[in-house]
Amino acid sequence: MYEQAVQPTKSPGFLGEAGAAEGVRAHDLGKRFGDLWALRELDLDVAPGTVLGLLGHNGAGKTTAIRILTTLSAPSTGSATVGGIDVVADPGGVRRTIGVASQQATVDGLMNARKNLVMVGRLHGMPKGTAVARADELLERFGLTEAAARLVKTFSGGMRRRLDLAASLVASPQVLFLDEPTTGLDPRSRNELWDMLLDLVRDGTTVILTTQYLDEADRLADDIVVLDHGRTVAHGTPAELKAQIGNDRVDVTMAGAGEFPAIVRATENLASNAPSFDEAMLVATVPVREGVRLVDVMRALDAAGIDPVELDRREVSLDDVFLTLTAPDDATEASP
Amino acid sequence: MTTATAPPVSRPDSRALVHPPDQTGGVRGWWRDSLVFAGRNIEHIRQIPEKLLDVTVQPLMFVLLFAYVFGGAINVGGGNYREYIIAGILLQSLAFGMTGPATSIATDLTEGVIDRFRSLPANRIAYVTGHYLAELAGLGLSIVVLLAAGLVVGWRTHTDALHIGTALLLLLTFASAMIWVGTWIGLKVRTPDAVMGVGFTVVFPLTFLSNAFVPISSLPNVLQWIAAWNPISVMVAAVRELFGNPLSPLVKHTWPLEHPVVAAFGYCIVILAITVPASLRRYRVRTSD
Repeated sequence: MYEQAVQPTKSPGFLGEAGAAEGVRAHDLGKRFGDLWALRELDLDVAPGTVLGLLGHNGAGKTTAIRILTTLSAPSTGSATVGGIDVVADPGGVRRTIGVASQQATVDGLMNARKNLVMVGRLHGMPKGTAVARADELLERFGLTEAAARLVKTFSGGMRRRLDLAASLVASPQVLFLDEPTTGLDPRSRNELWDMLLDLVRDGTTVILTTQYLDEADRLADDIVVLDHGRTVAHGTPAELKAQIGNDRVDVTMAGAGEFPAIVRATENLASNAPSFDEAMLVATVPVREGVRLVDVMRALDAAGIDPVELDRREVSLDDVFLTLTAPDDATEASP
Repeated sequence: MTTATAPPVSRPDSRALVHPPDQTGGVRGWWRDSLVFAGRNIEHIRQIPEKLLDVTVQPLMFVLLFAYVFGGAINVGGGNYREYIIAGILLQSLAFGMTGPATSIATDLTEGVIDRFRSLPANRIAYVTGHYLAELAGLGLSIVVLLAAGLVVGWRTHTDALHIGTALLLLLTFASAMIWVGTWIGLKVRTPDAVMGVGFTVVFPLTFLSNAFVPISSLPNVLQWIAAWNPISVMVAAVRELFGNPLSPLVKHTWPLEHPVVAAFGYCIVILAITVPASLRRYRVRTSD
């Protein structure tokens, strides 16, 4: 299994500077619960010091993938290594290599912030003094020094997340796993967390994060794997994915369903991909080419004699990604 | 996709350079991690001191209730009821001790914090054994409080230090057995709320259908048989015998009640032999997906 997961080297320059550092590899990883496959045939090859974004809706298999890679769950098929260590053969070794911040902030509400971090350090095998010093250092870094002696259950969502991230960094992990790190955060806390993550990556940490937000994956990830119903539906750099799914969308709300073919014809030269159609809402979604303006769409529709009820230009959403990447023939069915 | 290098060296060699030696497998790692988890539970008690009421104030109320309210109405056949009742209340309090670990473990399991522990390189069973150590400290405190209260209301011992020591050892062994029963329940139930129901529907009938508060001879015939075989009766009788407190007359001649000390230790060992491995197995199953 291990031999399969290790592909021939392509960038031999790396070993010299970071010793035996390795990222994360997975081959044919799958997890079955009864008859349901939560994850199927996941292949990953994450270089050290890079960020992989696992993108998908709830239930797409993101958390399952993270749980397997962090040794919380055993894979039904396939194999994976984290920092070069096999997750099934040596879970203890993996646990010494990783930091995990999961979807629910997994800190102890009935202890104060400092004691939470000291406990994590102690469970990493640190002597008490080292654990306390490390806790104070992280509290400082995450702006929690003032709140260090407060019970964690009194923390706001953003503070809990920050403490959770701090807890995952206690042992300076080589590989950091973050399961939807910004879900439920206000925009400011979200930006702060993003900056902290980018700092970590700059220092050489490998990060795997899951997200439901396209812009988050775009901003943070070097590579994106899009999961849908447990399967990988797309895989590439943000730029590659954008090239596949196009740029902005224009939603054309029409008076009657019969206008859809005319809209498709009228926007043919402006669209990067085939428009999709939500019959229930009478909305045609046109993926527009780079540089196309809303007025261009308006003129094209007007020239074809179409008078839309509503016209709306917006950024690509995760739904659009799936509409484009999953089979186009059932696009209307998958539309919300 | 990104490219990564696979070091041509074999894995064990490259790992030895990067990772600290495994400290989680040995007895020392287990003990140290258990103490860290026990410290966490004790920290919880510091934050919510009410948690201790169950094992301190509640038993005290039982002592006062039975010593001054019901005591006058219960005839134990010549003995002093206040000396009679202390063993009963001790055993009931320790039996209720199972709800402590059950509640806290069930709570941890429904919250995400257990995932944090499992993703750390800590000893695998230290979480469960740490709970045991903290709960045993709590129940030890409960024993001290109850015996002190007993001394105040007129309870005395009438045996030598060896017997008293054996009685204390039996109480701690019984406490351990109840903690492991509670641990197993906590790993089994779906929500922490279910624990109190289980505690009341099991512990109350068990302690009241025994010699803990009234002599078995005062019960109807069918209940006399149940009480005579009830392990709680045996524990209570053993503690009374070891402290030299009044024993109610033996109306049903069952082997355990005729040899209460041996039988009491035997019951505890059987309970531990079942619940300790069952709990550890359950912990692995409950936290492996």
